[in-house]
Amino acid sequence: MKLTLWTYEGPPHVGAMRVATGMKDVHYVLHAPQGDTYADLLFTMIERRNHRPPVTFTTFQASDLGADTATLFKRAAQGAYDRFQPQAMIVGASCTAELIQDDPGGLASTLGLPCPVVPLDLPSYSRKENFGADETFLALTRALAHPQDRTKEVSCNILGATALGFRHRDDVAEITKLLNQMGISVNVAAPLDATPEDLKRLPAAHFNVLLYPETGEGAARWLEKTHQQPWTKTIPIGAEATREFIAEVAKLANVSPTVDEKNLRQPWWSASVDSTYLTGKRVFIFGDATHAMAAARVARDEIGFEVVGLGCYNREFARPMRAAAKDYGLEALISDDYLDVEAAIIAAAPELILGTQMERHIAKRLGIACAVISAPVHVQDFPARYSPQMGFEGANVLFDTWIHPLVMGLEEHLLTMFREDFEFHDAAGPSHHGGKATPAPAQPILEPTANAATQMIEAAQALADALHWLPDAERELKKIPFFVRAKARRNTEKYAAEKGVTQISIETLYEAKAHYAR
Amino acid sequence: MSLDTPTTGCLHSPVLRERGQREVFCGLTGIIWLHRKMQDAFFLVVGSRTCAHLLQSAAGVMIFAEPRFGTAILEEKDLAGLADAHTELEREVERLLSRRPDIRQLFLVGSCPSEVIKLDLSRTAERLNGRHGPSVRVYNYSGSGIETTFTQGEDACLAAMVPGLEETTEANLLVVGALPDVVEDQCLSLLTQMGIRNISFLPSRRAADAPKVGERTRFILTQPFLADTAHALERRGAQRIAAPFPFGEEGTTDWLRAVAKTCGVTLEVFEAVTAAPRARARKAVAAHAETLRDKTLFMFPDSQLEIPLARFLARECGMLPVEVGTPYLHRGLMEPELALLPQTVLSEGQDVDLQLDRHAALKPDLTVCGLGLANPLEAAGHATKWAIELVFTPVHFYEQAGDLAGLFSRPLRRRALLAGGQA
Repeated sequence: MKLTLWTYEGPPHVGAMRVATGMKDVHYVLHAPQGDTYADLLFTMIERRNHRPPVTFTTFQASDLGADTATLFKRAAQGAYDRFQPQAMIVGASCTAELIQDDPGGLASTLGLPCPVVPLDLPSYSRKENFGADETFLALTRALAHPQDRTKEVSCNILGATALGFRHRDDVAEITKLLNQMGISVNVAAPLDATPEDLKRLPAAHFNVLLYPETGEGAARWLEKTHQQPWTKTIPIGAEATREFIAEVAKLANVSPTVDEKNLRQPWWSASVDSTYLTGKRVFIFGDATHAMAAARVARDEIGFEVVGLGCYNREFARPMRAAAKDYGLEALISDDYLDVEAAIIAAAPELILGTQMERHIAKRLGIACAVISAPVHVQDFPARYSPQMGFEGANVLFDTWIHPLVMGLEEHLLTMFREDFEFHDAAGPSHHGGKATPAPAQPILEPTANAATQMIEAAQALADALHWLPDAERELKKIPFFVRAKARRNTEKYAAEKGVTQISIETLYEAKAHYAR
Repeated sequence: MSLDTPTTGCLHSPVLRERGQREVFCGLTGIIWLHRKMQDAFFLVVGSRTCAHLLQSAAGVMIFAEPRFGTAILEEKDLAGLADAHTELEREVERLLSRRPDIRQLFLVGSCPSEVIKLDLSRTAERLNGRHGPSVRVYNYSGSGIETTFTQGEDACLAAMVPGLEETTEANLLVVGALPDVVEDQCLSLLTQMGIRNISFLPSRRAADAPKVGERTRFILTQPFLADTAHALERRGAQRIAAPFPFGEEGTTDWLRAVAKTCGVTLEVFEAVTAAPRARARKAVAAHAETLRDKTLFMFPDSQLEIPLARFLARECGMLPVEVGTPYLHRGLMEPELALLPQTVLSEGQDVDLQLDRHAALKPDLTVCGLGLANPLEAAGHATKWAIELVFTPVHFYEQAGDLAGLFSRPLRRRALLAGGQA
């Protein structure tokens, strides 16, 4: 038993729903009690889908448990087929139904439905949402894809995009455009927007492009083994990774790796002098492994940030994540406990957090700038505009969305010089963000919030128990703008600890500043 | 209310009972508002990852602070042996209480999986009470989706608290149902102005203010879904005051009148206290009634608030209910409401596909439904109101009557605006 306050992933049947809802002409019959129907709103509200997810819940009740839940399931499955006439059905159990062991697959097969019925076996008490999506896509692919000739012209499939994915809709469009530019047609993109008939045609492609290993790697591996389709290993997030992806694809397709880059603006935006102030900004990165690892690379190599924390919540990818973190001189944080993540963020004292909606909450509590890079998602992560993360346009989007939360370069200087100005002060926040202007507090406030400050102080104390800030030095520290204050405090304490100084004075503060000067 | 409002009522109307796929929340959802109401309480769900995911998704938003609820997620090893699960749960509770010393009430909340494996939470609660009482009071109830629908979770929670309430021999008035603080204050003010003393609320904001109950206790419900709580109070000797529920001007007046009558308040005092807020409420509702009058209304089953709300919308806003669905129809509590509700189709339980077929055929002007159905129905051209807002928004008593009507008129005004018309 494990106490959980917030969770990064839902149960595995929600992963299965992401596949079913992303696809067309599939119906999912889920043996589940009535409360499990909440999952519909994930799709209709968060993603603003204009149709009900294609899911029939058997919604058994306590009184059914003593009676015949198996018949209830059969009735629901038959009714769902009659009403929706899908090309294929998937059947499975949610956590509660798993306990009553009705065997949805076996029951459905006795009905003799005139369409393929794919049973799912998703262990609810040991696995999670991404696993559920990956398994479901694999099960459907395995059941439907059959041997056939390759297309005459070179083509590929795009694998892994689902409903409720982080920017999946736009990524697929962007990568499709890129592949077309290279003279490669897309045979099938799945699961998102594909039909079961489309899945049958998967083996006609010459190779597979895997965009989301979390939800598509199972199918990619199976297609490689069974239908000898190689798959791409590079995730095209960021300018560099996109170029690498193009090279990888060009080799698989035997086409030219030259692609027009005229719409790629990110490298120049990053090189232009206005971006100088981004140099060495401390960034903490957490999300699903694929997005987090890609973000770390962009942050360091393309924007010039310093990566001070890196991790993921999906343990399945702990190995590559640990290896990636090593490259940044870091120990990867592999955890699905958001309290652990919060503690790690407090200890790292970053200036920017690239995370999920959970980290956005943590950032808000701590008063740290934040941009969302990965699921779990919220309604805000489904923008009306085209906003991919992948490909060259994705690289542009990353630059804009990560830089936006920060205080702009010249503004930083002005804040440093005139920090006592009554309307242009730390607490007012970046001037290009609305709704934050507040008069300068008459009294020094505990920043960023009382609670967060307490936690920061506690964390700082854990780091340097013996250190004591003299009042003068503490006051001087307050004069440093908020967005670098945590770094200054941390560096000073580190410096003091190294020098064996226990009383931190103004001198210690400036000696540390000189020591760490770059 | 105009004189020509049909008053035949639904007391003897047939009820369409359906058993099929339901599109409703389970009782765990009540934790979303209960944990805000009881500021020193923690709700610990003993369940699966699905339960945790529901709680964080149901409200549509996450609460910034460390929430006062959590889920002890059952794992494979807990399912293997039951004795183990009890020990594990006690360990998690110990850790929680040591980290949150501000907790005075702890609710162990059963879920579908814990009910199916027959995990006896009352035993754990008893043991923990022995160890942590009286400073921390441990309760248990079930919010499972196989036993409770949405608001029934609050009923189960409050019913679980009743046996532990202190006994009193004094006469007192108990107002039952979790109300937003601002509404609770308004209610208290109205009752106090009428000269009623010794009023308390269940649930109270803090454990220390918990009400007392005894043979001379009179209680009245503010929510229609509290049948089990009412029975539990009756078992303690308390007597229920029957009334319509305090939605809209009429509902609030009838509700207050029932209390006033029981407590011996004179008609003059009653009129003096209620006249001004009644007039305000009527005025506030009238502004919205213009939009709502003669519009047809279809309510999918959700919170058990459907019948009182349909009564309000029909009688005070002039709407025409074409189907009023409720997850569960408790006739005993609903009698005063049914007597007022104009004749319509009443349905209990659900077969969502069949109900959607009826809905499509009727093409109502306004549909009240859950979040799972709202956008699909909007996309199909129907104006909808999310039912969940009705339990998350202050809607009771006079000062909220206009806001309540506004919740229903806004979707219609918005559609008109977006269509280029006047709101």
